[in-house]
Amino acid sequence: MLKIENLHASVEGKSILKGINLEVKPGEVHAIMGPNGSGKSTLSSVIAGKEEYEVTDGTIEFEGEDIEELAAEERAHKGIFLSFQYPVEIPGVSVTNFMKTAINESRKAKGLEEMPAKDMLKLIREKSELLEIDRKFLSRSLNEGFSGGEKKRNEIFQMAMLEPKLAILDETDSGLDIDALRIVANGVNKLKSKDNAVVVITHYQRLLDYIVPDFVHVLHNGKIVKSGTKELAHELEEKGYDWIKEEVNA
Amino acid sequence: MDLKDKLVSSFLAFENKVDVESYVHGVRSEAIKVFEEKGFPTKKEEAWKYTSLNSILKEDYSVFPKQENALEHRDVKEYLIHEIDTYNIVFIDGKYSSHLSRTTHDGMDVCLMSAALNKPKYRLVIEKYFNKAASKDSLTSLNTAFSSEGAYIHIPKGTIADKPIQIIHFSTGNESATMLQPRNLIVVEENSHVQIIERHQSLTDNPVLTNSVTEIFTRKRAIVDYYKIQNDTANASLIDNTFINQERESIASVHTFSFGGKLIRNNLNFYQNGERIDSTLKGVTILGDKQHVDHNTLVHHIEPNCESHQDYKGIFGDNATGVFNGKIIVEKEAQKTNAFQSNNNILISDKASINTKPQLEIFADDVKCSHGCTIGQLDESALFYMQSRGIPKKEAKALLMYAFSNNVLSSVKIPEVKQRINKIIANKLGVNIGFDL
Repeated sequence: MLKIENLHASVEGKSILKGINLEVKPGEVHAIMGPNGSGKSTLSSVIAGKEEYEVTDGTIEFEGEDIEELAAEERAHKGIFLSFQYPVEIPGVSVTNFMKTAINESRKAKGLEEMPAKDMLKLIREKSELLEIDRKFLSRSLNEGFSGGEKKRNEIFQMAMLEPKLAILDETDSGLDIDALRIVANGVNKLKSKDNAVVVITHYQRLLDYIVPDFVHVLHNGKIVKSGTKELAHELEEKGYDWIKEEVNA
Repeated sequence: MDLKDKLVSSFLAFENKVDVESYVHGVRSEAIKVFEEKGFPTKKEEAWKYTSLNSILKEDYSVFPKQENALEHRDVKEYLIHEIDTYNIVFIDGKYSSHLSRTTHDGMDVCLMSAALNKPKYRLVIEKYFNKAASKDSLTSLNTAFSSEGAYIHIPKGTIADKPIQIIHFSTGNESATMLQPRNLIVVEENSHVQIIERHQSLTDNPVLTNSVTEIFTRKRAIVDYYKIQNDTANASLIDNTFINQERESIASVHTFSFGGKLIRNNLNFYQNGERIDSTLKGVTILGDKQHVDHNTLVHHIEPNCESHQDYKGIFGDNATGVFNGKIIVEKEAQKTNAFQSNNNILISDKASINTKPQLEIFADDVKCSHGCTIGQLDESALFYMQSRGIPKKEAKALLMYAFSNNVLSSVKIPEVKQRINKIIANKLGVNIGFDL
């Protein structure tokens, strides 16, 4: 599904990703862990198509197609979704209207009619219940004045609405209390299927107790320096990242 | 001959056509003297520092319409709010079109200024109100001197106007350049309520200069909602002078939507002559090309316990330029005044510019006054966020700009007016999305 080879990327002339190789197949859950500044968020932004990031070498393929030249919205239309570490506040645009616009623009891009209002409302009701989101919340301005937990829950609500093939969850656990973490993880797990894939980017292991990864990768200094199974996450939780750095430097 | 000389000399010709013995003509004669003495304002005057009239004054305007031009309803339907039943007062090249209008004298007067100025039964109202709110600046004086046609609206005591009133001025472009000077008088008596929509629309690209004066009197506990839709063609310029004289406990709001035209100057003046008055001034401006808008507002708080709310949003692209000059005066007697002013702007091009200047003159010591202005750009991180959800950049920008204006739009009380504004905005931004936020 996603195939990244020798990916180098920089922002404002500063090289951040220095040769990433990663392959994600349908049905898989991958976790990418690593210390602060290792390039985790950059990797997610580059996959989602943020313009400020320049790919200097290597390739990103999604379902066999090179997506490097595609705009962010075109990648979204193909089924790539990024749950933001810091969701952006958009005053004046309600959650409902934002989702309506997003879904209908995606449908438009695929040559489909706009979704009838009735179906849209039904979908919104269904998915908001999955994330235990209060209906009143949906008429508020997107992310404006939301708590950290509300923002993250709203990200997963959007994911549920858009039903992406590949979801990248960037530090979705940060700022979540245990109840919110459980709700968010439960939402992600219910959306999982053999046809879609999830990449969980996290600093800590605790989210991985709920969203259990098939593979764990450690990112350090712009490269994946170690890959393993979920036991690797436990090891990192116990020992921290220093031993990895030492191993790399040795 | 320059335009000023041409206007002053054509006043003599104008006098041949009107009743020079009337009360109003005395007012006109005084006014032409003021204009002759002051002339057109120049950038040397503080209030005109950022707006030059030079480029529009050099046209050779025809100052009196030479012929009556007929228009069919279907040709101009798109410029009317036709989805609802309204009274319409329609002018073509400055002349009243009975064909396109729907006026009334049933329980209230929704009719013509020319009738009100000439018929004896209106004399008392005219003598009491005509030119009583208007200031004596040169452009208003110029309009006063030639005032002969426009809308006359008189809502008697305790009357709620049964439908909104549209005042529409079309210019057909039959002359190579046309100058229009409509004069409107609106008197809303005690406990009465009216909604008014005003539009100036040129039907060609020939130059048009409109110097319009509207006087509005809101008596005790009266309510007036006024909507100005400014979306004219590339060579049409508008100088709008609106004066609102409010009595105690009255509520008046003016929404100004500036989306098109060459040069727009809005001189919007509120005078609060009584206690517990509420005044609202709101605007959305979206301009591009080399268009220019200048919002020049005045709220004069004269008595205690009154409020004013100003909220102007501006979006400027290409080489467009904008000015916001908002003056609030709070007199010494006007204790417990609440006066708010906000002016927020987004520049979407490197060559666009905005000059914003709040002016507060506060002589009372127990008041709440706030003002704030911002100038920014579209939030790039918000754009990426929206794109990552599948909303293309152009649509994402449009949605952000619409959301930015939404505070102003949300207070429009006629749903069909709001829908029309939404449609104009969507057209202007080149997108096809519903903005029902």
